[in-house]
Amino acid sequence: MRFDDPNFWRAGAIATTVVMAVVLIFLTIDSLAAITAGGSHVPPYTVINQAISYAHDSKRNHDMPVIGKDEPLFGRKVDAAEAERLIDKGKLVIQSRACIDCHTFMGNGAYYAPDLTKAWLDPAWDAWMAITEADSKEEAMARFLMEPEKYATWERKMPNLSISRDEAEATVAYLKWLASIDTNGFPIHFGRITVGD
Amino acid sequence: MSRSQLLAIKYLMAAIAFFGVMTLTGLLSAAYYVKPDLLFGLLHFNIAKILHIDTLIIWLLMGFMGAVYWFLPEEFGREPEGIWLAELLFWVFCAAVLVVALIFIFVQWGPGTEQTLWLFQQGRKYVEAPRWAAIGVATVMLVFAWNIVGTAIKAQRITGIMAILSINTVPLVLLYLVAFPAISNMAVDLYWWWWLVHLWVEATWEILIGCIMALAVMQLLGTSRKIVEGWLYIEVALVLGTGILGLGHHYFWIGTPDYWLGIGGFFSALEPLPLLGMVVHAVYDAGTHRMQTTNKPAFYWTLAEAFGNFLGGGAFGFMITLPQLNLFAHGTQWTVSHGHFAFWGAYACGVISICYIALQKFRALAAVEGRLWIWSFAALNFGLLGMVGSLLVSGMAQAFFERAIGGSTLEAFVATQENPWFVLGMDARLGFGLLFAAGYVALVWDLATLGRRAPVRAVAAPAE
Repeated sequence: MRFDDPNFWRAGAIATTVVMAVVLIFLTIDSLAAITAGGSHVPPYTVINQAISYAHDSKRNHDMPVIGKDEPLFGRKVDAAEAERLIDKGKLVIQSRACIDCHTFMGNGAYYAPDLTKAWLDPAWDAWMAITEADSKEEAMARFLMEPEKYATWERKMPNLSISRDEAEATVAYLKWLASIDTNGFPIHFGRITVGD
Repeated sequence: MSRSQLLAIKYLMAAIAFFGVMTLTGLLSAAYYVKPDLLFGLLHFNIAKILHIDTLIIWLLMGFMGAVYWFLPEEFGREPEGIWLAELLFWVFCAAVLVVALIFIFVQWGPGTEQTLWLFQQGRKYVEAPRWAAIGVATVMLVFAWNIVGTAIKAQRITGIMAILSINTVPLVLLYLVAFPAISNMAVDLYWWWWLVHLWVEATWEILIGCIMALAVMQLLGTSRKIVEGWLYIEVALVLGTGILGLGHHYFWIGTPDYWLGIGGFFSALEPLPLLGMVVHAVYDAGTHRMQTTNKPAFYWTLAEAFGNFLGGGAFGFMITLPQLNLFAHGTQWTVSHGHFAFWGAYACGVISICYIALQKFRALAAVEGRLWIWSFAALNFGLLGMVGSLLVSGMAQAFFERAIGGSTLEAFVATQENPWFVLGMDARLGFGLLFAAGYVALVWDLATLGRRAPVRAVAAPAE
């Protein structure tokens, strides 16, 4: 076999492709098990009934979501079926409004508006509770989603996307669940440093 | 001229037209950063962005199809199988793209239901088109695949390039099926979505453009088939050898296990290798032929393709591909900088090169010369490089101030968007975008009037 013979390189191309494809298939099987809801990296949808925070894990050497005690959304504890319905609906709202074409999720999407991976944990919601006169973070988020132009605080405003009350609650549930995913430390030290520090 | 080559001309014309829509909506997207209340209540950033990135995919896809239809009859010595269906689907494809664009502009969104995904909007980056349109794209891809594979079967002969092209149509069609599902679990959704975006755009498209450029180099410089095919096999081995697991650099932060940090980092760091190979090949061929060709614009656009692919896809990709840095650069304008350079270098320059190759024969020109192509070449490339540099300034400001210092919160995001470095980058991007748009106008004018402005040596009767 000579190096200037195309057949040599053809055999190399086929062998390389097959080996890499087989490795990818095995890794995919393992990864899907980890990222299925209830897997090692992605909590079940019922996590929306619990408190979620984000802290540095010295063993993993990066930030990790921490699942805490009971803290139901909108004061209502939901069962697995209802939690799944909320997450399904939340994702449909996110897709139907093309949220990913302004925001990013896990860093993927457009870059015109903030990343929403850990939006549930954003310290800014404390201020929004006062602005929207809501008595909880989830209520503030829902009110903002339904009438974002009314609560605009910056020249780059979110438009009103005709999000109904049901859709807003489902979206909030989705963002809470999203914040509970182990994203290998992305975004780094979210919410633990403020710009003024 | 064969029916296939006439269809190729139509596809290339449509590609250049949608290139214009992409440029216009890109300018609009850039303008929102400078003037945030622009068209507020009428047309928001997300719609402009969708039109920008979706027409990017469409014009490149049409350009590839035009290129393949151009070379098919020459490779097989006959018309492609089912050419009548391809001719019909061209008009269906164009009409569907226009209808989808009108839906995006005038309907924009619907309620959070499955019906919205079928009729108006799928809301997944790059594949926002509603499902009915996605079915249309899949059909066009299927017929395109049959035009290649069916012709090879009928002709009872196949070249190495056509064999690669034929095999490549299988993942080209299969991976597009990822455009349909709406998986609720975003980690799983993004896992498969990257198969579409990375393995489709960064693997099957790389092979596709590799085949197209191989045919182009043979025609432009008369390089021997044996050399071209040898290089193409090396490129396939390197692209897929590094790119299949290089997919892992998109799996750093989407919830997947942390072994992807090592696997994705290692293999994606090797991804520039095949692109470097293309540069070596291009320089070697150009040197061998002492830069002599009868089609200078096509030749220079081919060189731009090789260098742009290596620098934009390879070097700029390498800059942010290791997880230690990607943790800060991911999801910032730094990524956008790489994206613009990579798409331009890897694909756009190649399609423009094919336009000049096809037009030379279509208009029966002995030589393609003139000055206008130089102006358009310069304005498009300097405009693009300027945008890439500007976005890099903004992106680095984000990586530092928003990610590393600010902790990526809303407050950190807003503060960085108002940071003078970020603002300077976005203003400059719009300016260079205007230069790029001027280059586009010059390109269209050159393509439209090629051979009609200056005296040329005709080698055959015009096709029409």
